[in-house]
Amino acid sequence: MWFFLQLLVQGLAVGSVYSLIALGFVLIYKASGVINFAQGELLMLGAYACLAFLTQAQLPFWAALGLTLVAMGLAALVLERLVLRPLIGEPVISIIMATIGLAAVFKAATAAAWGTQLRSFPPIFPEQPVKLGQVVISQVYIWTFLTAMALMVAFALFFKFTRLGVAMRATANSHQVALSMGISVKAIFALSWCISAVVSAIGGVLIGSINGVNITFSDFGLKVFPAVILGGLDSIPGAVIGGLVIGILENLSGGYLSQVFGGGVKEVAPFVFLVLILMVKPYGLFGTEEIERV
Amino acid sequence: MANKCGLFHQSYQSDMGIFQTWFARVWMALLFAWLLVFPFIAKPMGKALGTNLLYLANLIGIYIIGAQGLNILTGYTGQISLGHGAFMGVGAYASAILTMKLGLSFWVALPLSGLIAAAVGMFFGIPSLRLKGLYLAIATMAAQFIIQYVMRNATWLTGGSDGMSVRPPVFFGMPLNNDRRYYFLIYALVILATLFTKNLTRSRPGRAFVAIRDRYLSAEVMGVNVWGYRILSFGVSSFMVGIAGSLWAHYVRVISDEHFTMGLSVHYLASIIIGGLGSVTGAIYGAIFMTLLPELLRIPERALSAIWENAITVVNSLREGTFGLLVVLFIIFEPDGLAHRWNKIKAYWKLWPFSY
Repeated sequence: MWFFLQLLVQGLAVGSVYSLIALGFVLIYKASGVINFAQGELLMLGAYACLAFLTQAQLPFWAALGLTLVAMGLAALVLERLVLRPLIGEPVISIIMATIGLAAVFKAATAAAWGTQLRSFPPIFPEQPVKLGQVVISQVYIWTFLTAMALMVAFALFFKFTRLGVAMRATANSHQVALSMGISVKAIFALSWCISAVVSAIGGVLIGSINGVNITFSDFGLKVFPAVILGGLDSIPGAVIGGLVIGILENLSGGYLSQVFGGGVKEVAPFVFLVLILMVKPYGLFGTEEIERV
Repeated sequence: MANKCGLFHQSYQSDMGIFQTWFARVWMALLFAWLLVFPFIAKPMGKALGTNLLYLANLIGIYIIGAQGLNILTGYTGQISLGHGAFMGVGAYASAILTMKLGLSFWVALPLSGLIAAAVGMFFGIPSLRLKGLYLAIATMAAQFIIQYVMRNATWLTGGSDGMSVRPPVFFGMPLNNDRRYYFLIYALVILATLFTKNLTRSRPGRAFVAIRDRYLSAEVMGVNVWGYRILSFGVSSFMVGIAGSLWAHYVRVISDEHFTMGLSVHYLASIIIGGLGSVTGAIYGAIFMTLLPELLRIPERALSAIWENAITVVNSLREGTFGLLVVLFIIFEPDGLAHRWNKIKAYWKLWPFSY
């Protein structure tokens, strides 16, 4: 029982970071219809940038985090302008391949700049673990969970109440209507990339402070796919719930199934789940179902 | 009276022909002659260039077969697959298991491994019943990871991370155990695969594929069985990539799961995009380009590591980065690929110097 709870709590914490990444992913998809295969690389870049500000520039944590977010936001704006905007209206496969190519470029740049070995973050959160009964939780997990949840609430409020948030929702709904209402769709596309990069950077710093970062760090980005497929590609609450469920599922299968199927089952379980969802309920829990009749 | 300039078909038969002019036929004959002569002069040529040209040619041949396969699915039917690297692995492992564990002859195992890959591909194509582009890309990506996991962890079947060793095929008592002998096997199949693809696109299924790609709703209205043809496309496509896998397995003779990664799937997709989606010659150009690119990148790499000894990590990432950058640049500036560029060049010179 305690073992189960331990797995559950850890899964919830990791899942909350998946939700964050999934949120960034859904933002871009909803606004501009781009499937971003470089989401994991944005995460990795954010983590490495923060690490560089912390260890190489010797900045205090909050300054480093702030600088990282600004830098990632700006980088995303440049990226959107240079690569994604010329591709508006191109077929899906071109856009998918472009983001895959971008992922390779980012990975290469990171490896060239920082090398491939594991680097650990200087401790950001207090190291004393918290005990609830027999469940031992390191504080990093708690902070991760709280930060992710706080961000999620902030986003919900942003979309509900601010002008910009409403404009983004309008764009997601229909580009033409948004344009005729005087919303600059291009600016919204750029903004969605910017926000997505910032959110991913936060996720990267959170996960990085748990495990440290190396070049395979971007594989976290792949977990976003089961999460968004479960939640529905274009649903923000879906991304949050999907991320949490995938995190828990992954941890539970790692805990219980790895004796039976050997190592690596933790990594592959979300994808098995993904195929099952696609066969049963392809548009996920909250995704817009496209109904076509001939 | 001016002479006519250009191609004017006077019968449907000539309009449907594969090689429409005597000029194309002559060039095709020259290409065949070159393909026959090449293995005998590859060694001295390779020595002059400092590489094993025959080995590269064989790699290109295997990739052409796989790229033609993926092009049927992605270029003609418009279904994106990020799992073809794994489907190639299925073909390779199937062939290895059939010949080494069950003792079948290579000539039986080759088509069988294609069929097994086709079955696996069709299984993961089932979601295409209800899914389009984006979702399908994700479904096939999941297939990639699941198959890779099975290849690594089903130790009793695949040898796990140690991989499997495979015997070279025997052709009427002659083992095809060197580059030159294997070359003829590969290129016989390359020609078969290319002819098959070309003919498929001129047939009823081929036209159905294109109709589904362009507007599947209209296709359905016209009475095309959309799902059936999508699954068929998955099957044919995975069959060809499975054949490529089997050829690969018996060529390199040691296979492990490390070759059949997501990277390979992306490599295949990149080659048909760079070559030209939905173009038979495009798949060939793309496969050649993507195989030669790493070789060409060795030249700046060598120069770089000569002046700076700590360059290894940078060099490795340079290769990956260049690859990614090229793909992005191609998509932005030449979205129709090399085949289209080549047609444009031809069109320009056709009427030169009066090009309007």
